[in-house]
Amino acid sequence: MHYLPNVLFAILLIAGFAFFIINFRKIVRNIKLGKPLDRSDQKGKRWKNMALVAFGQSKMIRRPFPAILHFIVYVGFILINVEFLEIIIDGLFGTHRIFSFLGGFYNFLIGSFELLAFLVLLAVIIFWTRRMIIRIPRFWNKEMTRWPKNDALNILYFEMVLMSLFLLMNAADANLQSLNANHYVKAGSYPISQYIAPLLSQDIGSLVILERTVWWLHVIGIFIFLNYLYYSKHLHILSAFPNTYFANLDTVGKLDNLEAVTNEVKMMMDPNADPFATPAEGEEMDIPDKFGASDVQDLNWVQLMNAYTCTECGRCTSVCPANQTGKELSPRAIMMKTRDRLEEVGKNIDKNGEFKDDGKQLLNDYITPEELWACTGCNACVIECPVQIDPLSIIIDLRRYLVMEQSAAPTELNMMMTNIENNGAPWQYNQLDRANWRDES
Amino acid sequence: MNAPTMAELAAEGKKPDILFFVGCAGSYDDRAIKITKAFVKILNKANVNFGILGAEETCSGDPAKRAGNEMLFQMQALMNIEAFNMYEVKKIVTASPHAFNTIKNEYPELGGNYEVLHHTQFINELIQEGKLKIEGESFKGKRISFHDPCYLGRANSEYDAPRFLLKQLDVNLVEAKNHKSTATCCGAGGAQMFKDAEKGDREIFEKRTEELTQLQPQVIATACEFCNTMLTDGVKMQEKEGEIEVLDIAELIAKDL
Repeated sequence: MHYLPNVLFAILLIAGFAFFIINFRKIVRNIKLGKPLDRSDQKGKRWKNMALVAFGQSKMIRRPFPAILHFIVYVGFILINVEFLEIIIDGLFGTHRIFSFLGGFYNFLIGSFELLAFLVLLAVIIFWTRRMIIRIPRFWNKEMTRWPKNDALNILYFEMVLMSLFLLMNAADANLQSLNANHYVKAGSYPISQYIAPLLSQDIGSLVILERTVWWLHVIGIFIFLNYLYYSKHLHILSAFPNTYFANLDTVGKLDNLEAVTNEVKMMMDPNADPFATPAEGEEMDIPDKFGASDVQDLNWVQLMNAYTCTECGRCTSVCPANQTGKELSPRAIMMKTRDRLEEVGKNIDKNGEFKDDGKQLLNDYITPEELWACTGCNACVIECPVQIDPLSIIIDLRRYLVMEQSAAPTELNMMMTNIENNGAPWQYNQLDRANWRDES
Repeated sequence: MNAPTMAELAAEGKKPDILFFVGCAGSYDDRAIKITKAFVKILNKANVNFGILGAEETCSGDPAKRAGNEMLFQMQALMNIEAFNMYEVKKIVTASPHAFNTIKNEYPELGGNYEVLHHTQFINELIQEGKLKIEGESFKGKRISFHDPCYLGRANSEYDAPRFLLKQLDVNLVEAKNHKSTATCCGAGGAQMFKDAEKGDREIFEKRTEELTQLQPQVIATACEFCNTMLTDGVKMQEKEGEIEVLDIAELIAKDL
């Protein structure tokens, strides 16, 4: 009986991490459904980019006020997790505040965690106010209904509860320490919870029950939160790091080159090429099964990782000129729909062992041509994203499918392209007249 | 107007230092032709040894690529690259941020490697090398706001070159709230120039023009043929064409040579 809490804790710990790892592997598997893309180059530059953008949150600064709030929550999250290490050891071995031997340094740590927890609580309340009272428009676009809206609120409530539990736990502990309760070592400093402590009972028995209950709730809460990530936009706390490491380091103006097309075009333009020639021995004709993308498997793995990294903050959509003028397009929705479809494909694979055609695809069933054709390719969304997601690349890949596989561009664009094909300009002018402007006065 | 083609120069055994890539709008569109001519005036004034491709130039392919027609884009790009290489072109300048972006960033993977400059960058070079002097003062102290073209600004991080030129003209530069990397698009990029907008509350160019006209500038300066068209339409829509001129930076400079 004496070891029951330790055993229970061990089970919780193992189950919590096991469940997380199972789901995490599903995410990795889903991302790997994407087409290969080599981002193994420029390692130094990539580390630096990750350090700056993910670790240093350099792109958050574009909006200073939320950047400060977010930074508090972020630092709080990382540092308070040091405390979690102690919780794991205490939970497994039945110790209490195992790191208290650190003495003054321990007091400093606990004291600063408390201050951070309080600041995080404050920041999260301001976040909630911005979302629910001030109702900042980017949190209320039409894609932010039902789950996405609840998800955002769940995260805020989770953080509020976890921080409150942490402070309440410390307050009960501080009382127990001052009452010289058995097992409760005198350690830590409690700059915030000292104000909660007087409000609590001064009876050792009920304090122990309170302290233990809150301790367990805190631990269980952390594990629930960990496992919530898989279902949530909050996954960005992990994926932001690989996402920035593998981000596009080129100038954003450059769209990728379709090599398969290059081969075909070069052959078309080469007067000596024999279109009926069989490829030479060992020379693979690299013709893809389709040009562009109609479903998530046609996108590359970085684009799919982008979808799992999107925090639905809506900065992209708030700067999108098409969205600002009431068009159907929202870059955030492009990322959310890509993730939704990818998760659907993942579930399909879980169920059938491999992907069985479900009669659906990313294009049309999730993302409509109307959204795609509203994009001006202005890169505002790409520049704005704090974690370097590239919605534009998905838009272009889907357009490529529409145009090259289905000839389904808007009529005016088809005319533009026919003109370019015939006379080398988007309008119907004779190519021989290209320098006529010289003769006009 | 002295703007020889590469073929004409080659016939005389000459090889110019610079290729001026005029682009489609710059070749055919009445408004954009004025920008082309203003830039040629600058090139002539600075005695730049340059040529154009004329009938041997084809569309840069930018609208095709951004519409999703990679096939058509690459055909155009490879034809241009062939022409560039035939005349052993090393350095290209263009007044179109779209051509600038695609030739600079997207041609190299197709085998076309050149030094590519936007005309605002090139004019800066000319001034810094002392080859070009601004003499007039037509725009001195005038309220002028600058619209950053997406394909020059965000796409290629060039925000300073056009502003440096405005400084040379001693204008009173008034910046819109959304400028440089937060500048609102004019609505013409990504092949939108060639189609009607999707259903919405209003046109993108209306919104952008409003952001600029509320600064009450005398001139809206820009550095892109498409932006120029969109903003000109926007100003007309507000019936402010009598008060506000939409001009390319090259036109401002050319006036004060």
